[in-house]
Amino acid sequence: MSDERDDTQPTGPALGKDEWVARFGANRVRRSGALGVLEQRLATVSWWAWLTLFVAVIAALPLGIESGYVRRVAFDTVVLMLLALGLNIVVGWGGLLDLGFVAFYGVGAYAYALLASDHSGIHLPSILLIPLVAVIGALAGWLVGLPSRRLLGDYLAIVTLFFFQIFLTVTNNGDNVFGASITNGPNGLLNIDPLSFFGWTIPRSTSEGLFNVAYIYVALAFFGVVYVALRFVNESRTGRAWRSLREDPLAAEMMGMPVNRLKLLAFAFGAGVAALTGTFASALNGSVFPQNFEFPLLITVYTIVILGGQGSQVGVVLGAVIVSVLLEVLRDANDARSLFYVALVLGLYGAFRASTRLVVVLGGTIVLGFVLRTVAGAIDGSWTAGTAEDAGRAAHLAAEWVIVPLEPARWLAPAAYLVLVTLVLGLTLVGGRLRLAALVPTLYLAAFVWENVLLAKPEATRYIVIGVILVGLMIVRPNGLLGEKRVEIV
Amino acid sequence: MADRVLELQGVTMAFGGLTVVDALDLHVERGEIVSVIGPNGAGKTTLFNLVTGVYRPSAGDIRFEGSSIVGLEPHAITQRGIARTFQTLRLFLNMTVRENVMAAAYGHTQAGVIRSMLRTPGMRREERAIRALAEERLGFFGERLVGYRWDQPAYSLSYANRRRLEIARATATNPRLLLLDEPAAGMNPNETLEMAELIGKLRDVGGYTILVIEHDMHVVEGISDRVVALDHGVKIAEGTFEQVATDPKVVEAYLGTGAMARKAL
Ligand SMILES: Nc1ncnc2c1ncn2[C@@H]1O[C@H](COP(=O)(O)OP(=O)(O)O)[C@@H](O)[C@H]1O
Ligand SMILES: [Mg+2]
Repeated sequence: MSDERDDTQPTGPALGKDEWVARFGANRVRRSGALGVLEQRLATVSWWAWLTLFVAVIAALPLGIESGYVRRVAFDTVVLMLLALGLNIVVGWGGLLDLGFVAFYGVGAYAYALLASDHSGIHLPSILLIPLVAVIGALAGWLVGLPSRRLLGDYLAIVTLFFFQIFLTVTNNGDNVFGASITNGPNGLLNIDPLSFFGWTIPRSTSEGLFNVAYIYVALAFFGVVYVALRFVNESRTGRAWRSLREDPLAAEMMGMPVNRLKLLAFAFGAGVAALTGTFASALNGSVFPQNFEFPLLITVYTIVILGGQGSQVGVVLGAVIVSVLLEVLRDANDARSLFYVALVLGLYGAFRASTRLVVVLGGTIVLGFVLRTVAGAIDGSWTAGTAEDAGRAAHLAAEWVIVPLEPARWLAPAAYLVLVTLVLGLTLVGGRLRLAALVPTLYLAAFVWENVLLAKPEATRYIVIGVILVGLMIVRPNGLLGEKRVEIV
Repeated sequence: MADRVLELQGVTMAFGGLTVVDALDLHVERGEIVSVIGPNGAGKTTLFNLVTGVYRPSAGDIRFEGSSIVGLEPHAITQRGIARTFQTLRLFLNMTVRENVMAAAYGHTQAGVIRSMLRTPGMRREERAIRALAEERLGFFGERLVGYRWDQPAYSLSYANRRRLEIARATATNPRLLLLDEPAAGMNPNETLEMAELIGKLRDVGGYTILVIEHDMHVVEGISDRVVALDHGVKIAEGTFEQVATDPKVVEAYLGTGAMARKAL
């Protein structure tokens, strides 16, 4: 019908909007040369090949390394990967705010402990127990979500937070339930069975007392199964319905999808995966305490999901690897220091690229540092006599440049912190040369705060650094690393 | 009496003190195309929201194929056989064209999560059927929504194609009654004409009974078996297009809105 109008056009059929979009996709600029060929080849590799490769690499990692520490980190990373997959169902697919997620992980750990330990006298085989615990967790999730069925929204956040608190209260006080000890309170449950399959018990450590790699493999195997199962669900009518209700819940409901029930399903599903993960923690540690399930873990898992990109399975798995490794690196003051300065320089490079402005800011900050330190040292020797935290080569370098007082006044740390925050906020208000000029003292002050305040408290610093990375990422890539770009209103 | 698909008896809807739909009686017979007209704010969209369960009427009864649907959840009403489109367009914008339609097959398909996790043969068969159904429903619009467009995100569609996709999505719920809320709004004259033909085809070929809200009087004249005019939530006229268009109350209702009257009649 529109052809009648097209007759007025001199050449061929006119390009409608849809045609244009279609052709635009086909003509999108492709990288040329060897890199372009590689890119196209990589794009055709199927997802299960990537998954196999990923699992194989993680599995091979701890083999050559005879370090219990590295193996432990690898195991914890797999646990975080599983937790991230679980939370991704709730947050990324169901669009729900679940602040009690870690409690379901705890439910799983305690369920395993109660069904496979001397404490209860029950010793179920792992192959039965792990799926059973996952079902228990999903049922618990269903029950917790049920009261807020019609109110799934902000109310769910409150209900789940409440549940989290109840979980902690119960586990902490469960040592005297009408005289019987169920959770053994703060002292936790001990002597939990290790994993056992078909009569074979898997020892936690090898004969030389080294972390048993088998635990990593069992966790990895379950990770693979969970990953594939979830991917299949996401590709089914249920996954489509989840995506629809995230786009427009009213329209989804109108197209015959029971929105509330689907949300509850996502919630229970996530709880099930969390509980399943809890079994590994219990089995490996041989003990379980209420303190294992507190807020920092919840924040870590949320960080992973947001960093990786809500809704993207690949994204949250990579997010788990990144955050897990980062948290370990930040444990060591010297590594944390390197990371801090590298991140600073990379951030500047990201903002300015290779330009004179980059040189001016970097050079200016370095010069300012030496000048200030010399001046401060001349006024009072003790002002620069402090030794930087954890002496190493980088520490010496840093101490030559940053003012580290021997005994900083008590007001100094909070004051510097306050000024830094004010300066950073001020930076967002000014522009052009002024911002460039203000950036130099701000950077120096950041280094000062880092050396004097943050490095002294590695535990808190780890989370502060993660927080800063998250804020930065939200500004640059609001969808996370691999989250899909979404069009909200067109 | 013919086969009555939809029947409203004394349906009233009040928001606070404002009565938007007032003791409305309305019925649609199987195979009919009934148009609802009326000035802006007459309560036409609210009527659709009542039928589809978004709102629960303050009074009165709504019967679909003989049984009351008042108080049912919207998805349950859809699963019984009523589907709608939205005046304001509510597509799943970040999903592909095909997925938009496939999603709407949820209500009449079975595969649960366990079967999906295991990818049972039955589940895969059903999935293929859903896909075929979506492509078939999109094929209803000729070449407009087929081929490369299947895999495009809905947001990349032109306005007219979005309206078409809304209809395709609604038909994928396998309804017997289709509620179309201003399907030609915002379209150019050619597209409007095409939409009018399409509505006829939906009834004749698709076999749907249709209740449609439309502003364009040429479209209303061309497609309607019966026309119902609303003003301030009250039915002011009902009958053939000629009867309603010449009804003094209808003329007055439209004259009240000045420019509307000149454009419409
Ligand atoms: N949820 C609501 N709350 C209050 N008033 C509403 C609501 N929905 C519709 N209305 C009012 O009802 C009247 C009819 O609206 P509507 O049915 O959308 O009219 P139209 O005939 O143009 O589709 C309008 O005055 C509108 O403001
Ligand atoms: Mg309307």
